[in-house]
Amino acid sequence: MPPEPSRSPAGPARVAWWRNERVHRVLAQVVFLLAVIAVAGLLYANVRSQLRARGLTTGYGFLYGQAGFPIGEGIEYHEGDPYWYAFLVGVVNTIRVSFFGIVLATILGTFTGIARLSSNWLLSKLAGAYIEIIRNIPLLIQLVFWYFAVILQLPGVKESVVLPGSIFLSNRGTALPLLAPTAAFSAWLPFAAAGLVLAPLLWRWRMRRQELTGRPGRGLVWAGGALLGLPALGWLVAGQPFLVELPEMGGFNYEGGLILTPEFTAVLIGLTVYTAAFIAEVVRAGIQAVHVGQKEAARALGFHPGQTLRLVILPQSVRVIIPPLISQYLNLAKNSSLAVAAGFPDLFSVAQTIFNQTGRSVEVIGLVMGSYLAMSLFTSLVLNLYNRRVRLVER
Amino acid sequence: MPPAVPAEILLPPRTQIGPIGWLRANLFSTWYNVLITLLILWLLATVIPPMARWMIFDATWATTHEPCARAREAAQAIGVRPGACWAVIPANFRLFMVGTYPVGQAHRIGAALALVVLLGTLTAFRRFRGRALVAAWVLSFPAILVLLHGFQGSAILPLVETTKWSGLTLTFLLAIVAIVASFPLGVLLALGRRSSLPVVRLLSTVYIETVRGVPLITILFMSSVMFPLLMPGGLRVDKVVRAMLALILFSAAYLAENVRGGLQAIPQGQYDAARALGLGNALTMGLIILPQALRAVIPPIVGQFIGLFKDTSLVAVIGLLDLFAIGQSILSNPNWLGLRTEVYIFVALVYWVFSYSMSMASRRLERRLGVGVR
Amino acid sequence: MRQRRLLRGLATALLAVVGLLAWSGPGEAQVNILDKVKKRGKLICAVNAKLPGFGYLTPQGRYEGFDVDFCRALAAAIFSDSGRLEFVPTTAKERFTVLQTGEADVLFRNTTWTISRDTSVGLDFGPTTFYDGQGMMVTKKSGIKKLEDMKNASICVQTGTTTELNLADQFRKRGVPYKAVVFEDADATAGAYEQGRCDGFTTDISGLISRKSIMKDPGAHVILPQVMSKEPLGPAWAHGDNNWGDVVKWLVYGLVIAEEFGITSKNVDEHVNSKEPEIARMLGGDKEAPKAMGLDPKWLYNAIKQVGNYGEIFARHLGPGTPFSLERGVNDLWTKGGLIYAPPIR
Repeated sequence: MPPEPSRSPAGPARVAWWRNERVHRVLAQVVFLLAVIAVAGLLYANVRSQLRARGLTTGYGFLYGQAGFPIGEGIEYHEGDPYWYAFLVGVVNTIRVSFFGIVLATILGTFTGIARLSSNWLLSKLAGAYIEIIRNIPLLIQLVFWYFAVILQLPGVKESVVLPGSIFLSNRGTALPLLAPTAAFSAWLPFAAAGLVLAPLLWRWRMRRQELTGRPGRGLVWAGGALLGLPALGWLVAGQPFLVELPEMGGFNYEGGLILTPEFTAVLIGLTVYTAAFIAEVVRAGIQAVHVGQKEAARALGFHPGQTLRLVILPQSVRVIIPPLISQYLNLAKNSSLAVAAGFPDLFSVAQTIFNQTGRSVEVIGLVMGSYLAMSLFTSLVLNLYNRRVRLVER
Repeated sequence: MPPAVPAEILLPPRTQIGPIGWLRANLFSTWYNVLITLLILWLLATVIPPMARWMIFDATWATTHEPCARAREAAQAIGVRPGACWAVIPANFRLFMVGTYPVGQAHRIGAALALVVLLGTLTAFRRFRGRALVAAWVLSFPAILVLLHGFQGSAILPLVETTKWSGLTLTFLLAIVAIVASFPLGVLLALGRRSSLPVVRLLSTVYIETVRGVPLITILFMSSVMFPLLMPGGLRVDKVVRAMLALILFSAAYLAENVRGGLQAIPQGQYDAARALGLGNALTMGLIILPQALRAVIPPIVGQFIGLFKDTSLVAVIGLLDLFAIGQSILSNPNWLGLRTEVYIFVALVYWVFSYSMSMASRRLERRLGVGVR
Repeated sequence: MRQRRLLRGLATALLAVVGLLAWSGPGEAQVNILDKVKKRGKLICAVNAKLPGFGYLTPQGRYEGFDVDFCRALAAAIFSDSGRLEFVPTTAKERFTVLQTGEADVLFRNTTWTISRDTSVGLDFGPTTFYDGQGMMVTKKSGIKKLEDMKNASICVQTGTTTELNLADQFRKRGVPYKAVVFEDADATAGAYEQGRCDGFTTDISGLISRKSIMKDPGAHVILPQVMSKEPLGPAWAHGDNNWGDVVKWLVYGLVIAEEFGITSKNVDEHVNSKEPEIARMLGGDKEAPKAMGLDPKWLYNAIKQVGNYGEIFARHLGPGTPFSLERGVNDLWTKGGLIYAPPIR
């Protein structure tokens, strides 16, 4: 009887290599990679030949050339500065508007989200109307609207609207009083810093005590005392650290004080109002995700509604809220690129100008995308670390 | 024992029912609710009357620009702020809707719209639903593109270059093309990101995260200034098509994440069962996993479509004449100068009506599909 | 099974890509724009869609304006039909890209001829159709009489233009600090100035006049007498196509010469059999030069008949009776003290 050919199930050793699944996997990946490289290479070759056909060179050397164009606002800049510095001005402007936008949108969004669930019919309907109107209109239109139809409709500098506390509103900007440091400032600073460091430590200590002993810890009193008391002490010891600098009318605009340009104000308001509507929905969903029993139990324990929200509902909803909140923050930072429509010199706007002056499309796009990616990665890294901490607390 | 006297049926106290009861419960339940209510009422009382005066009572409702100019002069003569001039909307309505699409060919847009309405109506009736209708929807999409584009030298459907597509028509076309065409790419990317092959997974992830990490405007900017360099010499791809490509590449990354969400929601048991039935990888995906996953992600995809619909307004920045850009260009017409607020309100209203009704519809769909109810 | 199919698919894709790579190598043959235009059956002209007087969109969706009419005349010269034309609306920043990529054949869009644009952006420039200079508009109320008065003033300016750089140069030269407010869009720039965002608004003087005429209260604004730069505005096309350059150049010259001789769209038919040899040559007598360029002998006749001469185009969009009522000034014929001059058709 001749030996049976290898029909019967044999070990993987018997399988020919072209039928081996592991070989397939490696091959498939190699081929895929090659295909991607080939496409990339094709595109690269095209760019090279097209650039050469137009007599254009590549490289980032042009960044050292003199920019020559003006930029409306931002850190100290002169037309004689190099391109890379001009770009940096744009990056700082983007970070500035995104940072304040995130802070304000979080505050407004949280309040709106809570208001949406308020037992007050008028308040909840108002919040609902705000959310539904804002979320369904493109941000670009809202920004342009805020800038041209609201901010620039304010009266001229000489007829500024004056709000209490020396705040002047005009179509040249918003002038606010500024705290200018005095000579005593550096002596005062250590006191303030000590207060800032001590306050959370005290808070944590008092809270732990409250948990251990059951007696009210009065953390707020202790922490607040440190936060305000130490700087006050510093004031007494070192002398007045600040002078209030009031804006005054100069030749064409206010001088002194803190002046926010109309462009910055419009973009900040636009981004805040838009993102807050989305954050409100995130907060609402987060609160609703907390089981109704939690609220009932809190009420049964005698918490009043404010306490229920602050001590029972919000801490639990935070872990639901954080991940979508992160993506809203990232959206805000990315959306700040629309600032160009309201004349605010953010990084995209400056990059466009650089492109106009130099014609370096590939390099400029590389710079812009790289910057946004870096900012996105950094933001999500920081926030995800925070998210991990919040999640660890959860049981 | 005294005879049972039917007890008087006591109504709840007057303060608990009816309008008064409602007011007490919903507006004045606690001291701070009273405060909030009063504050809001005061706010509304200060904001609404001047707005209503400008928008409605002092406004000029006409279809030409002369009455507006007269109203403005009259208002200036007595030193008050003139009301809105709504004439800019009807006078330029055609421009808003179809933009620079040739006047004699506008019926083609009407025909395309009629087709969509017809299919929509059929879909609304349960008994028409079926494979044929799905096929009709799928086919209607290229059919509409062909209808609007036409052919070189054709007498019935003369060529209308994409450069002439503008206004609300362009806004819709961009959004629809982007979402439909990004679908296959998005699904592939989602599968790629969940692939067991590390290289495929890595590259898919890099693509998705890169696109999601940068603003749409930079991708559009790239399509407008760098895309021509990527093409072999002499190949001309026009601006509208380039914007479409940019939107597709952008939308695919977000779609991939939505689809991935759907894929992750499929329990492992489904894979195991498919394996047990002897289905290969491809069949498992195609017959078991994807149909379930895609059904689960319909609501987020509708949401993404709404976002995309709004995002198309960015093409104005790269010089395409969508609804928003048409609005801007009307403002440079000498007759309609200075009517920014009116034009922006109208454009915003159009966007709002469409996105709001789509999101309402998607919420209804969500409820009917029972997605999100566990 | 699956993997094999997958492999085969991938291999095919790879082959296709390699094929594409090989094919895309020699793709840079010199293209003849005129041939391309003729083959396509229409001219593609890049214009401004937002500059009243020079190029803008009417409610019917038609492009109108001084620059736009030159496109029409060029189409008439090539096809004997000024309607065989497609417009590409461009913003200041993308106008050169559309030429480089061949998306448009020619650019008529208030573009300043500068050495850097002529040499390093890959463009060629034609004869100036409009001599301009950069000016500054301020409100009468502000009391500003000259640029030196504008210390710390805010100035509205559009990005992507030579204006932005001139502004910086001029103020630096004078040692006057200022605040620039930079916009993407011409409308936004003018709009922001009019709403009081800026003390000054700077762009080409023609643009200032055009804008001023359509402001709510034109009397409240003045244009400072100082001229900050030379701005010769004219057509541009992709670098390197000399024949196409001849066509565009001679079309502009032809329309100028037509004005010199008083040939208008109304009376051009009477001039066809003119005794004046140059006129006869222009309107169809000369067969050689048009043939060398690849045009019909009646090319100029068609352009004049369908669109009009230089003076007519100017009067139609910018002259008296229009909201702008621009003086001819430097843009008058050389015979009348202006700078508009054309070499002879001979």
